[in-house]
Amino acid sequence: MKIGALKESYEGEARVAVTPSSAAHLKKLGHEVYVETGAGTRAGFTDAAYEAAGITVEPTASALINDVDVVVKVRPPSAEEIREMRHGQTLIAHFYPSQNSDLLEVAREQGITAIAMDMVPRISRAQKMDALSSMANIAGYRAVIEAANNFGRFFTGQVTAAGKVPPAKVLVVGAGVAGLAAIGAATSLGAQVYAFDVRPEVAEQIESMGAEFVYLDFKEQAQDGAATGGYAAPSSPEFREKQLEKFRELAPQMDIVITTALIPGRDAPKLWTADMVEAMKPGSVIVDLAAERGGNCDLTVPDERFVTENGVVIIGYTDFPSRMATQSSELYGNNIRHMLADLTPGKDGKLVQNMEDDVIRGATVTHDGDVTWPPPPPKIAAIAAQKPREKARELTPEEKRASELAAFKAQTKSQVTLLAVGAAVMLLVGSFAPASFLSHFIVFVLACFVGFQVIWNVSHSLHTPLMAITNAISSIIIVGALLQIGSGSWLIVILGALSVLMAGINIFGGFLVTRRMLAMFQKS
Amino acid sequence: MEFGISTAAYVVAAVLFILSLGGLSGQESAKRAVWYGIAAMALAVVATLFGPGSGNWFLSLVMLAIGGGIGWVVAKRVQMTEMPQLVAAMHSLVGLAAVLIGFNAQFELGRVLRAKAADASAEFHGFAAVLAHKTPAEIAMLKVEVALGIFIGAVTFTGSIVAFGKLAGKIDGKPKKLPGGHMLNAGAAALSALALVLYCTVGAPVLWLLIITACALFIGYHLIMGIGGADMPVVVSMLNSYSGWAAAAIGFTLGNDLLIVVGALVGSSGAILSYIMCKAMNRHFVSVILGGFGGETGPAMEITGEQIAIDAESVAAALNDADEVIIVPGYGMAVAQAQQSVSELTRKLRARGKNVRFAIHPVAGRLPGHMNVLLAEAKVPYDIVLEMDEINEDFPNADVAIVIGSNDIVNPAAQEDPNSPIAGMPVLEVWKAKQVFVSKRGQGTGYSGIENPLFYKENTRMFYGDAKKSIDALLPMIE
Repeated sequence: MKIGALKESYEGEARVAVTPSSAAHLKKLGHEVYVETGAGTRAGFTDAAYEAAGITVEPTASALINDVDVVVKVRPPSAEEIREMRHGQTLIAHFYPSQNSDLLEVAREQGITAIAMDMVPRISRAQKMDALSSMANIAGYRAVIEAANNFGRFFTGQVTAAGKVPPAKVLVVGAGVAGLAAIGAATSLGAQVYAFDVRPEVAEQIESMGAEFVYLDFKEQAQDGAATGGYAAPSSPEFREKQLEKFRELAPQMDIVITTALIPGRDAPKLWTADMVEAMKPGSVIVDLAAERGGNCDLTVPDERFVTENGVVIIGYTDFPSRMATQSSELYGNNIRHMLADLTPGKDGKLVQNMEDDVIRGATVTHDGDVTWPPPPPKIAAIAAQKPREKARELTPEEKRASELAAFKAQTKSQVTLLAVGAAVMLLVGSFAPASFLSHFIVFVLACFVGFQVIWNVSHSLHTPLMAITNAISSIIIVGALLQIGSGSWLIVILGALSVLMAGINIFGGFLVTRRMLAMFQKS
Repeated sequence: MEFGISTAAYVVAAVLFILSLGGLSGQESAKRAVWYGIAAMALAVVATLFGPGSGNWFLSLVMLAIGGGIGWVVAKRVQMTEMPQLVAAMHSLVGLAAVLIGFNAQFELGRVLRAKAADASAEFHGFAAVLAHKTPAEIAMLKVEVALGIFIGAVTFTGSIVAFGKLAGKIDGKPKKLPGGHMLNAGAAALSALALVLYCTVGAPVLWLLIITACALFIGYHLIMGIGGADMPVVVSMLNSYSGWAAAAIGFTLGNDLLIVVGALVGSSGAILSYIMCKAMNRHFVSVILGGFGGETGPAMEITGEQIAIDAESVAAALNDADEVIIVPGYGMAVAQAQQSVSELTRKLRARGKNVRFAIHPVAGRLPGHMNVLLAEAKVPYDIVLEMDEINEDFPNADVAIVIGSNDIVNPAAQEDPNSPIAGMPVLEVWKAKQVFVSKRGQGTGYSGIENPLFYKENTRMFYGDAKKSIDALLPMIE
């Protein structure tokens, strides 16, 4: 199949859907790759670089659409672009079908197969083509960089000869992919990071990234992200009140606030109200990653950097991934190629639109003259339901001491009991057994003790050699055979001789094998 | 040689034996330890051959030479992967020797008693002289010791042969029991106890001894047949322990302290090994020996998700990107003889500056320490081969964990599912690594038949195929 990447027509969009390196993988799948001239220029990929990777560069968009079977793009296509396509062609791009129902209708009329990268279901298998996640990751990182750029101080705390610098305090609201990426970037710049999310199960992830989870003491049954495919759901008014109260308390302390809260299919929830902005120190920065959907902050102006009266900078850019076009093109290009890899199961350059496949079915929004959106729910649940987890209670020092004491007492008790029983048995044996037996018995018991002490120290990795060597020395039984072989009775001599033979095999075999094994253990 | 000198030699030999076992605490001192063991054995044999009470030393030397020759050849030829079988086979020899020596003691006793009855002033030498001086109480004690030695020896003998068969794949590894199950074992044990009483009191001693032997042979066979292949590490170390106790029992019979000391050393060594193995599986020794898993307490947790296969290219790509790699080998690696390929992979990855380590579960393989020996044979440096406790905390830092032919020892159900048959068994937490590749022949369950949720985890990819072929396919792609 011929696959072609269009130049993005959207104003200011710098990304491109195919890069020279992703094209190399597409070729391995048996595809031919085309690209419109200048498509990658703003992402740092020149036409020459594409040609060097064996990609055909087409002079115009229409020529490209005319020549290829599959058109790939980043942003949703324009109606004109779809109209230029012909029946049976495939389009892979972001689509946002819930907001773009007109576009969906155009695509249906045109008879193309439209695959929406934003509709890839959130199941493990599809993670490699989850463009929303890979773009969110970049947005989170970029948000921190933009914040740092607009923030007049260091992120990290320092004590210098010229004075002490306190670390910047960063609050990340919403710990999805973008939020976690922002936490990671901010902590590695040295800031003190706090993070909040309505889904309590992400507390662990937040802490693993090095931020502190802002804990909300709320009685209501906590949200379980598993039920909504890993996304947040709207919360109750009481919960929202409690949440805002917490934010109001935090606002004066925070230098940077990064909001990433989004609920699928709704406008962004308003979480950072005007009075919170007012409470913040001059020079503080708010980065609103939800600006495209109205913003989490009351004062956000989409696509703009806005400075409030009290000197707080509010950044409402909506094109964070495009601001890092090289990186985001690489990742988006990989998402696209993974999608195409799933569409070409035979790796023979033949596209198979398998509508039984959860991922392909979920992402396909029009096919064969039909609108196939919204898809039926996937057959596999995305994420296993969270089990209620019981936290192990921290023991107080007193309790700890008490339990240690109890353990010690129990140990002493069992040891003393064992010794008493052992001694009683010994006395019983002693009162009946002949003296000669007892003298041997002492040797036996002591040898057992020595054995236990010695063997405990043997390292785990040497257990097989230990078995081999104990096997070899258990042929000490040869001593018994040697003592008997001198007997006058021929039967005893024969049996004794056989025993010597067997023990002999064991001695030589055992020691030799042990030596072979030990010789192999080498230090690097 | 005088009695005093030979006893002194025994003392030296006993000390050397203890040092020899103690030396196994480290890889380097272990190499010296073997020589201590060899010296001790030589000293013991020489002191006995030329000590008081010996005779027929020419025959002894001939038999020793023949046996030694056989042992030499076998040890030279054996493959390291066949080590479990070999150790099991050799235990059976010790067991059989113990049985024969026990019978000999009875024959000699009978002969001495008859001769004494015929002529009170008859002269004896060697072992017979020792017997001739025994009081009736001592003779009764001796009989108990003989019976015990024979019993343990016979159990060891058939048990080891069955273990050998299972390990060598000559007998089906699945647990098998005759109808009646453990009642048969209990019956046989009761019968031999009865025979022991009769042996000590009534006449016809050889007959009773034969009955004891037959019962013990049956118990050994039936007991080990009832134990599954996955429990073999415990079985082998248990048999090792038995062979020691048999030697100790014979030592009592012959009044030989060296035999007692060494027998006790070997016996306790095997017992500790069995204990460690059981601990590693979080199971009771008794439940292992009685075979099969304990009764299930409830339905196993349902596993959600799917097993996702992956090809060699993607595994190689992930390995090329990784900095921290942990390899978890299991019995499957031994079966596929993949250790050389694994070693080669390790060498290549290390040459690229990646930190490659091995995580060994105490019961990986069919013998305690089995994996260590295989990896050592393939020249994997031992300082990157780590125990479970040493490495378990490092899995979250690992970029890639490769599971080669192990199953139950990496089963998260042991921690997550209280109803799982292996609940509570310490396992290697591979699923905490960023990516897990499982090299496995097919989709089946492991030896224990327990479903493994690891294979369904989000970060797990199944790399199906023969372990050796799979790893070999990776090698050219590591760059």
